[in-house]
Amino acid sequence: MATEPAQRTSPPGPIGRRRAERLDRLAELAATPPDERGESLTRETLRRLRRSPMAMVGASIVLIFVVIALIGPLLTPPPSWLPLPLYSPIENVGLEQIRPGQIPGPSGDHWLGLDHLGRDELSRMLYGARQTLLVGVVATLIGFTAGAVIGGVAGAAYGLGGRIGRWIDSILMRFIDLLLAMPPLLLAFSVAAVLGRSLTAVMIAVGVAATPIFARLLRGSMIAQANRDYVLAATSLGVRRPRIVLSHVFPNSLAPVIVQATLTLATAIIEAAGLSFLGLGNPDSRWPEWGTMLAQAQAQLAVQPMLAVYPAIAIIITALGFTLLGEAMREALDPKLRR
Amino acid sequence: MELTVSPTEGPLLAVSDLSVEFHRKGQRPVRAVDGVSFTVDAGEVVGLVGESGCGKSVTALAITGLLPQRGVRVGGQARFAGTDLLTLDRRSRRDLRGREIAMVFQDPISSLNPVVPVGVQVAEVLTRHRNMTRRQARSTAAELLDRVGIPDPQRRLKEYPHQLSGGMRQRALIAMAVACQPRLLIADEPTTALDVTIQAQILELLKELVQEIGTALIMITHDLGIVAGMCDRVNVLYAGRVVETADRRALFAHPHHPYTVGLLRSIPRLDGARGERLTPIPGSVRDLLPWQEGCAYAPRCTRRSEECLDGLPALVEEPDGRAYRCIHPERAGGPTRDTVRVGA
Repeated sequence: MATEPAQRTSPPGPIGRRRAERLDRLAELAATPPDERGESLTRETLRRLRRSPMAMVGASIVLIFVVIALIGPLLTPPPSWLPLPLYSPIENVGLEQIRPGQIPGPSGDHWLGLDHLGRDELSRMLYGARQTLLVGVVATLIGFTAGAVIGGVAGAAYGLGGRIGRWIDSILMRFIDLLLAMPPLLLAFSVAAVLGRSLTAVMIAVGVAATPIFARLLRGSMIAQANRDYVLAATSLGVRRPRIVLSHVFPNSLAPVIVQATLTLATAIIEAAGLSFLGLGNPDSRWPEWGTMLAQAQAQLAVQPMLAVYPAIAIIITALGFTLLGEAMREALDPKLRR
Repeated sequence: MELTVSPTEGPLLAVSDLSVEFHRKGQRPVRAVDGVSFTVDAGEVVGLVGESGCGKSVTALAITGLLPQRGVRVGGQARFAGTDLLTLDRRSRRDLRGREIAMVFQDPISSLNPVVPVGVQVAEVLTRHRNMTRRQARSTAAELLDRVGIPDPQRRLKEYPHQLSGGMRQRALIAMAVACQPRLLIADEPTTALDVTIQAQILELLKELVQEIGTALIMITHDLGIVAGMCDRVNVLYAGRVVETADRRALFAHPHHPYTVGLLRSIPRLDGARGERLTPIPGSVRDLLPWQEGCAYAPRCTRRSEECLDGLPALVEEPDGRAYRCIHPERAGGPTRDTVRVGA
């Protein structure tokens, strides 16, 4: 990653530049006040996030997406005082303009053109954002909760020691391994197929697919924390083990899991779109969802390829936003990359 | 649970022939503690001294039952007020920890939970052992912080460990340790992670508390200066065994074991000649023999002879209570130093 100081000073030769870079980095190190060592993990992470361009780009994308998802449904159709060329996403406003083999592209009335049933594409895109966000967030929450419960119990059982603890941990973890062995999308398909076609099914399916990652991560993190000095110190003062697990080990183990949640949001969105694309989503296909829109555009690819491009780009950019943010958070929390 | 604690006849803690072995699959077991014996009387400050790896900390962890369950074999006895701590069941031992026996560790920042406010961590011990309600525990915690010299305790209670200075963190940990006025306090190098001025303050605080609540203190350290400043009696450990036990004065005036002599020679003195060189002990703790085959210190010892490798050297006990394990002890007229004037 090109650092800013390297661009600020650009001496002639490559060797000179490398040296200048190194010096600038040293200068930066020296410039950080020494008392920052006492900073809390959260604050230091936030500070590092603010400095990272990756985090800023990711956060902006995520923010824009969330805003669209929140206000999109309010604008389709827009309130009467707002003269925007937006319509209800299920109203066939431009039906008379649709001819066989001809779907009009962008125009002043319809900024992204019409879809194959004469509905305004931009309105559908805006409205669809909410669906996507909802599926992504709920699915991630499901995966997070299920994973945290399984991983937490396994980690606690392992950490508490004893033969029974290790037994419980083994059983839970073999179950998780089973889930991990299946490709997540395939797992999501199977679950969605069993649960039938509905939005809820998609959320649960994607959530289940994300569960094993959370479970393994939290368990590993808890086991690592169990060997820390403060656990020994609390034990040496007679604090009971359930309390040690709940109030000492668990809160300290959450950071990596929260980062993973951000990354999972990206995959959840892609997987949800994938399930909808394959027809496992909301059976009422009138209501727009980016994956469904992509699937419907497939038939019109020869006539109006842009209808496939819009939702595809939207999905990619949103997923990219969450990935960038998650990666930046991971880097900010990684002790090896500090300073 | 109430342990039937007999009013102390004999020592408060009597450790005899304590051994700790670490077993690992496919490796030879490591004997970290090899027959340690010492006693601690009520209210007494006893030092456990030795260089890194000699078994000081493992001894403390074994006594308190804090060693991991798996792969560790503990032998011998540790009688605390008549009860053998090593054979006590886990639950009673846990009830004992924090209430009768408490520990202070070396590194105050890693010994405090970073995401829990200090007050909660202090109150935790009180609710656990003294059946206090949260509110009672909170106000008592404030009193405790005040007692250990943390200014503005009400505010500090709500703060997180990273907001306290190193010295304050150690004070907070000491407050947690003495919260239930234990009869035995074990301090495992409590000042190693602090800078020198703070070290002196913390040691002063420990001394005060020991007198105030009448607790006995086991001071684990490698710093003979701390020993000179605090301890009533000193046990010098080498390779998992006590090689010399003596009153502080006797030890510093006339060390008998060559290892003790070596330790004393390797610290700087204020009254030494200018430009005087320190005499380090050659080799390291790893260059040792199993005690069964002879004196473990023999490979590094300047006074060794053939007999030293002839099995475990016998413990020589003198009438004044000092004891050493050496065939060729330094006698009076050995190192000529009356007191050590170092550190606290």
